[in-house]
Amino acid sequence: MLFLDHIYLIPLLPAFGAAFMFFFGRKLTKQTVSAVCVGVVVLAFLFACGAVLQYNVWAGANNHQPFQKIVYTWLGTDTGHLNFFKQDGSAANFQIDAGFLLDPLSAIWLLFVTGVGMLIHIYSIGYMAHEGGYYRFFGYLNLFMFSMLTLILANNYALMFVGWEGVGLCSYLLIGFYFHRKSASDAANKAFIVNRIGDAGFILGMFFIAWLMGSLRYVDVNAAARSGHFQIGDPLITAATLLLFVGACGKSAQLPLYVWLPDAMEGPTPVSALIHAATMVTAGVYMVARSNALFVLAPTSMKTVAIVGALTAIFAASIGLVQNDIKRVLAYSTVSQLGYMFLALGVGAFAAGVFHVFTHAFFKALLFLGAGSVIHAMSGEQDMRNMGDLRNRIPTTYWTMFIATLAIAGIPPFAGFFSKDEILWQSWATESVAYHLLWYIGYATAFMTAFYMFRLIYLTFWSKPRMSHDVEHHIHESPASMTMPLVVLAVMSLFAGFLGFPQSLARLVGIHGETNRFEAYLAPVFAKEAPVFAKEEPGQLAAGTKEEEKSSGTEYLLMFLSVGAAAFGWYMAGRSYREADKGYVEPINALSPPVYNTLLNKYYVDEGYDYVFTGRRKLGGVRLGAMGLGEASSWFDANVVDGAVNASGWLTRVVASLSSWWDKWIIDGVGVNGPAILARMLSYPARLLEWGLVQWYALVMTAGLVGFVFYYVYH
Amino acid sequence: MHAMTDISTLHYLVLGAALFLLGVIGVLTRRNVVIVLMSIELILNAVNLNLVAFSRYWQSIHGPSALHGQVFAIFVITDAAAEAAVGLGILIAFFRNKETVNVDEVNLLKW
Repeated sequence: MLFLDHIYLIPLLPAFGAAFMFFFGRKLTKQTVSAVCVGVVVLAFLFACGAVLQYNVWAGANNHQPFQKIVYTWLGTDTGHLNFFKQDGSAANFQIDAGFLLDPLSAIWLLFVTGVGMLIHIYSIGYMAHEGGYYRFFGYLNLFMFSMLTLILANNYALMFVGWEGVGLCSYLLIGFYFHRKSASDAANKAFIVNRIGDAGFILGMFFIAWLMGSLRYVDVNAAARSGHFQIGDPLITAATLLLFVGACGKSAQLPLYVWLPDAMEGPTPVSALIHAATMVTAGVYMVARSNALFVLAPTSMKTVAIVGALTAIFAASIGLVQNDIKRVLAYSTVSQLGYMFLALGVGAFAAGVFHVFTHAFFKALLFLGAGSVIHAMSGEQDMRNMGDLRNRIPTTYWTMFIATLAIAGIPPFAGFFSKDEILWQSWATESVAYHLLWYIGYATAFMTAFYMFRLIYLTFWSKPRMSHDVEHHIHESPASMTMPLVVLAVMSLFAGFLGFPQSLARLVGIHGETNRFEAYLAPVFAKEAPVFAKEEPGQLAAGTKEEEKSSGTEYLLMFLSVGAAAFGWYMAGRSYREADKGYVEPINALSPPVYNTLLNKYYVDEGYDYVFTGRRKLGGVRLGAMGLGEASSWFDANVVDGAVNASGWLTRVVASLSSWWDKWIIDGVGVNGPAILARMLSYPARLLEWGLVQWYALVMTAGLVGFVFYYVYH
Repeated sequence: MHAMTDISTLHYLVLGAALFLLGVIGVLTRRNVVIVLMSIELILNAVNLNLVAFSRYWQSIHGPSALHGQVFAIFVITDAAAEAAVGLGILIAFFRNKETVNVDEVNLLKW
């Protein structure tokens, strides 16, 4: 139990690397930086492997329970700080722990995050070799690994949120790595701000959960959700799950919050591979899958997830059809593939969604790293219009990227075929005819995916060379530190799919027994949901149990159709771009220029957001959005608030002058000065008697005395 | 018993009245404060004379030991001394301010 008991070391190892870079990185050589930062991630990966192996043994003996390790209680009722009443009126036993949880779901994430993360760290040694800020880059990468592993291994939503914000911060820091470039700094801000919207949803969702369940620990929340205490379709659960999904939309770049991800390509390419393709953007999928017990109680939320996922998939794929920046094509592809994952979650096929996350991590990381290798070879050129004919000049990059393309396009037997086909099949198998529409959308997306990916391959590696002479002269294959991860990822893209080998195909080739090992492994996390659904909502979403009932024939047909779509996309891309020379014509542009321009400008969504939400552009003279709100509140402040202030000041002055007049003329005039004036009037005759000569006074006195004497004598 | 040459109480009283009258006239008419003070002394001494005369008259009725009335004269002399001291003090202060001792030039103490 060495690894399990010290599972907290997995995130702490990269945290140590990050702290080391923060304090000492500036003074270290590049060799030391690479040794420390890559070393801790390699250690974390080995530790993670050990922990997962131990967990598998432990779980077999413990009824497939999740393994929990609570390091200390962060806050809670034990400390007497957090007492509150739940929605049903009972007292909550609320605790937030610095606690870690390992179950099959987090084990899968743990393995591919540390594994792919390790490969990308190694790749970065070569890629960043000639860049400034080397230690800063690796420090951020390690900090990201720490945050991501905290997110994955947390045993409660609050700690997950800590990791969630941590990866958001690292994403911001790394997108803005070339901060001296305005576009990079803008893109970093955009990513951060858009993610805030999602995070607000996540926080509110957490509040709902704490209020409803009285706990944020997954085990407590799941137990409460499965206890039967809550009705299916409970509006409060629906609200909680929808809010959580808002958070997932932000982090995983779903409609309408996907806009930050394409711009995030301003960061260095390994960052795009690690954060914006393989790991961080799947955090939303992880969160929804983690909350599966809640989501199955809210069919409305599930439908929302499925519809948003499907729409995102086709929306982003259609934009990807015409983009010219090699990384942007991959970015839209990522958004589209994430849409697939949410489609799977939304139709209740959690395992299929997670499976696609797993395979996607390999082939999309490979595609990005390959693109990085291409950019490296092309001396920083990212525009595919200026590439071409690279397949013989950088063969390792070409072959590995070609494998990844086959995988993402869904050509058997590469990884993407199994996972994507599983999703499409599950969305078809949800029986409700309305859900078949989702299948059609996914199907169309599969065609588009094949088209834009092979367009990328043909424009980059085939066709005529279109680069300048200088650039052409410098083309060279990347160093081994970069090609080695490519090869490893290519191998994974080739074989990872077999972990989820579909049952129906296995029967076809004569294998019986469990072949979809992936789904079987995840069964303890998700299996409990199916009965609830089958009972409460017959004919909807219970894909897992329906599979056996559907005829295998349909599945073969759908499989054949999706492979056909991929092959057709490949063919179309080959026909259009295989011989592309300078000034080649985009087939969509030839077909319909307005459609082409709309796609090229990304449906003008950024512009629309500028009009409606940010207010950077005025809509018919009126400014809306945040800046509009700012202007409106500024106007309100200047006119209404200040007006009220001035009005009360004016009123005070009027009252004061009235009061002053009263004081001056009535109080002072009549009350005080009046008697004084009267006294003065009376004094005028009296003062005539007093003229100040002492002897006169004495004379008068004497006269008076004499008068008195005479009066008394002669009276 | 009363010869023409005998000096009777009436003589004292007439002399006292005359002195008093002189004093009053002096107080009311003279401008110099010093003279005014001296006139006040005259008035006081006129009173003293009265008191002594009445005391003597009283002695002639009640015997030679009845001399109590003389004490009033001693009081008045003491009083006169004190009054003169205060009056001269005021006079000096007054002179320092006005450089005059004429009482008709002092008419500030009015409304």
